[in-house]
Amino acid sequence: MAAGVAAWLPFARAAAIGWMPVASQPMPAAPSERKRPQDGLVILNVSGRRFQTWRSTLERYPDTLLGSSEKDFFYNEEIREYFFDRDPDIFRSILNFYRTGKLHYPRHECISAYDEELSFFGIIPEIIGDCCYEEYKDRKRENIERIMDDAEDDISSENRLPSMTARQKVWRAFENPHTSTLALVFYYVTGFFIAVSVMANVVETVPCGSLPGSVKELPCGERYALAFFCLDTACVMIFTVEYLLRLVAAPSRYRFVRSVMSIIDVVAIMPYYIGLVMTDNEDVSGAFVTLRVFRVFRIFKFSRHSQGLRILGYTLKSCASELGFLLFSLTMAIIIFATVMFYAEKGSSATKFTSIPAAFWYTIVTMTTLGYGDMVPKTIAGKIFGSICSLSGVLVIALPVPVIVSNFSRIYHQNQRADKRKAQKKARLARIRVAKSGSASAYMQSKHNGLLSDSLEQLSNDEEQALVSKSGSSFQRQHHHLLHCLEKTTNHDFVDEQTYEENCLEGSTRNRSNSHTPSLSSHHGLTGTCCSRRSKKPFRLPNSNITCSHPGSVQELSTIQIRCVQQSALSNSRSSLNANIEESVKLNCEKSYITTAVISMPSPPATTPEGDDRSDSPDQAETNIVKVSAL
Amino acid sequence: MSGCRKRCKREILKFAQYLFRFITGSLNTDSVEDELEMATVCHRPEGLEQLEAQTKFTKKELQILYRGFKNECPSGIVNEETFKEIYAQFFPQGDASTYAHFLFNAFDTDHNGSVSFEDFVMGLSVLLRGTIQDKLKWAFNLYDINKDGYVTKEEMLDIMKSIYDMMGKYTYPILREETPRQHVEIFFQKMDKNRDGVVTIDEFIDTCQKDENIMKSMQLFENII
Repeated sequence: MAAGVAAWLPFARAAAIGWMPVASQPMPAAPSERKRPQDGLVILNVSGRRFQTWRSTLERYPDTLLGSSEKDFFYNEEIREYFFDRDPDIFRSILNFYRTGKLHYPRHECISAYDEELSFFGIIPEIIGDCCYEEYKDRKRENIERIMDDAEDDISSENRLPSMTARQKVWRAFENPHTSTLALVFYYVTGFFIAVSVMANVVETVPCGSLPGSVKELPCGERYALAFFCLDTACVMIFTVEYLLRLVAAPSRYRFVRSVMSIIDVVAIMPYYIGLVMTDNEDVSGAFVTLRVFRVFRIFKFSRHSQGLRILGYTLKSCASELGFLLFSLTMAIIIFATVMFYAEKGSSATKFTSIPAAFWYTIVTMTTLGYGDMVPKTIAGKIFGSICSLSGVLVIALPVPVIVSNFSRIYHQNQRADKRKAQKKARLARIRVAKSGSASAYMQSKHNGLLSDSLEQLSNDEEQALVSKSGSSFQRQHHHLLHCLEKTTNHDFVDEQTYEENCLEGSTRNRSNSHTPSLSSHHGLTGTCCSRRSKKPFRLPNSNITCSHPGSVQELSTIQIRCVQQSALSNSRSSLNANIEESVKLNCEKSYITTAVISMPSPPATTPEGDDRSDSPDQAETNIVKVSAL
Repeated sequence: MSGCRKRCKREILKFAQYLFRFITGSLNTDSVEDELEMATVCHRPEGLEQLEAQTKFTKKELQILYRGFKNECPSGIVNEETFKEIYAQFFPQGDASTYAHFLFNAFDTDHNGSVSFEDFVMGLSVLLRGTIQDKLKWAFNLYDINKDGYVTKEEMLDIMKSIYDMMGKYTYPILREETPRQHVEIFFQKMDKNRDGVVTIDEFIDTCQKDENIMKSMQLFENII
């Protein structure tokens, strides 16, 4: 049942009394009413602003949030109110909907905020009243277009290079020349050749002076025929290659062949090939010469290079209906006036208006206010109708033009906005990234504090409490716990960018100074990594050097592999940890042992990681401490 | 042949309509708006009492859960995209989308492509208030991507890679290509008792119950709400 109709049911039932006298059969028994609670006031607390209404008002629309049992989820027992943590200003219009049955769109509100509120309260926007519906739809369309533009930019600038085949790469290079320098070079080269080709076509026809020994003036095309032919060949070669490449690389060849740009490409190079095929046949060459006119279509190839041209083309396409209307009305007017002029001028002698089609030319020239003067009416009636014709011409042409102009203006400004947004987007993304890295570094920071507090567990409880209380809100603490669990699962730690860079550098230097060893572990070529942290797995430190050399049970081996790898990743032999310290790599492991001894003295942890320029080794040290003391 | 003719007729009709609209200037019907009229799917959960009976949450807890749920998804159901977005907010450094995909499939018990509040709350009830057995079963269900009762190495590798993806690039030690694979090997060596290359749910539950650490960590999230 449609929303709102539920309120009218009692009236309809009462009006059924009118049927009683005419009924031929006894009426069925009325359904028994369940005892309904008294209709009371309901308090809706929206972010502190209290709205009150009758329960029955809300129940008018049972398929919305407020009208159904869903609002029970928001009932607060203590204050005995329904509390919603939403925008109170927009809630006004929503509650008014229940009261009056009409949903209004407040014009000063953002369209997406309003949409969100509507969907939260389960109201479909289609029931917005007529007074506000158009505005709502316009704003929504604008918003969607804006978001679509952004999405397109995202897709086009996505970094999908590793997973693309050569074909996709070529296509992408063609569509976005800014992606690689080769594509950019190709783009400019084709642009240059288009210009050269068009200029050659134009210059071909200019009279160039006569051949020595002849009087006739020749056009340049015939005088330097070979040069022009070579130039034409070169251009067509390039265009052909480009077209074939595009055809091969297109994701959907069928759609590519049907697209406007490819048709222009084909039309631009066809005359040349047809000319090659055709021999110097006198009859056919006349037709061939006219085919040459299609070479001018090469100028349309510029639309790939110029955005303004594309906007113009798009405008014309979107104003197709206005243009069509203009053409149609002009045709009507032309026919009318041509007929009238023909019959008006029929009487006069030696008149140019020989037929109605002949009068078409006069009508067109007059309506567009050109007025060449090659055909003029001589009779008085003709002159009167001619003046009416020119006046009406001005009107008919002027009418659709503003529509076309406004369309062009809208699309042009949209494009301007798109460029502006693209420029702003970079700055916006940079700022968002900084904020994000802020949250990540908050985690690092709390890790420091947290680990320090862990290590202090055995030493002093008070300090630990102080540290823990400083570590931020409960949400933050739980979030950090979650990230910590992830670290433990994967046995890797989050670090910030700088430390990562440092690790990479050090890893690469170590790589060069070590030789590869066949190791039992499956970490091939682990020479690149630094010492890794120990995992939380059961840790049997004294046994490690022994069991390293004996492949024990598979299970033990699995856990020990990790440990051995962690501790002495670059050992040339499966010897004990303390022996064979050759490279600076193990210095880290060593360092950890060294600092272990230092830290076990009760001292504030902040001073122990001295001389450690790397921020993560203190963490390492701390965890080593933790594990050792846990034994 | 007749199909071809029918198509031709349809095309001609469309062209004639287009020409007509071109002439009378009514070409620009708002096609953009038709796309806007997507059905706004709205899902309303069952009543508070029913949910309280079906899950192990109290009314207050359900209220809190629902408010959070409704805030993120006003329409009442979560589709995979929204789920991925929500989950990705917790892991800013890495890429949580693959794991969110698996998680979504584990929550979406009736496999209809969307998670309603009931699915959500049932899943949470198992996870937070269920017995150890239930929790383990749920975890096994998460790993078993194609839900055939066996966890193969490939499935485990996918899961592992997605977990490692969440770590992102900046880790210490540096994340390498074979790390997930090795982790999977370790896991299989522990779990796969009969060395048949797959882990069944019984092997899984058995092994986990014998492992203290896993047992302890299962109790970790009891007091979330």
